Amino acid sequence: MTTSEEQIAKLLRALPAVPAGWVQAAKELPAVRLELETIVERIESDERARALAVADLEAMLRAEGVEPTPVVVAHLRRRLAP
Amino acid sequence: MDAASDAQLVARCRAGDQEAWGVLVDRYARYVHAIVVRVYRLDSHDAEDVFQEVFARAFERLDTLRDGDALRPWIAQTARNCAVDTLRRSGRELPVDEVPEDVDDGVARLDEALTVHAALDRLSVECHEILDRFFCRDESYRTIGADLDLPPGTIASRIARCLSRLRDVLDPGGDRAGRKRTPTTSGEQVGQR
Repeated sequence: MTTSEEQIAKLLRALPAVPAGWVQAAKELPAVRLELETIVERIESDERARALAVADLEAMLRAEGVEPTPVVVAHLRRRLAP
Repeated sequence: MDAASDAQLVARCRAGDQEAWGVLVDRYARYVHAIVVRVYRLDSHDAEDVFQEVFARAFERLDTLRDGDALRPWIAQTARNCAVDTLRRSGRELPVDEVPEDVDDGVARLDEALTVHAALDRLSVECHEILDRFFCRDESYRTIGADLDLPPGTIASRIARCLSRLRDVLDPGGDRAGRKRTPTTSGEQVGQR
């Protein structure tokens, strides 16, 4: 890679810092996964839980004591997708 | 930063190593963020959703990645798919001049940028910090100087020195005599802030 210092500076600027909360939430996914699998099982086996999840997934998570961060919600939606 | 190759990192993640997952997220967070914000120009709310969706998909589907060394293009493609899905779902009709003109070029440029960022890890902690703060976090000489208890002029000269070192890391056999020198202590060539 041959490049000038001006180009290097531009390339450094091309990847600005990411809000810290976003990175932390993505990192925590493995830790919350087990908890989420329990919730998925309940949603899949309990009609009432399924109706709650469909109506308001985030509220359901809160009721289960899980913070509905975007990564948690995204992961659950993927797991519950038909 | 963990010096493991992508293939090693993928293998460790597949084995359930949570620390390795953290390293993977750190390694690709800026790249994914830049794809969704700079290439696809998603607003902050959509960008966060897509960012998390990319890592949720990556985490879930890591087992399907045949070659761990292909992690970077795989993540890029996942980010592109997620961004396009979001744009389609929102039904937004983007004006012609706002449609990403050449997504391939945009991502290729970010690939280069990622290589430069990876090289930062081979500099001293001090150089890494000062370059990251100035170029990536957009902090001014004054802010950095106040935190490090150094005058702004010293910050400018350190940025110049660290940038030169980074160039040496990226291009160890480069033509020193032929290269353009940046920036001076006045900082004019890196854009004084």
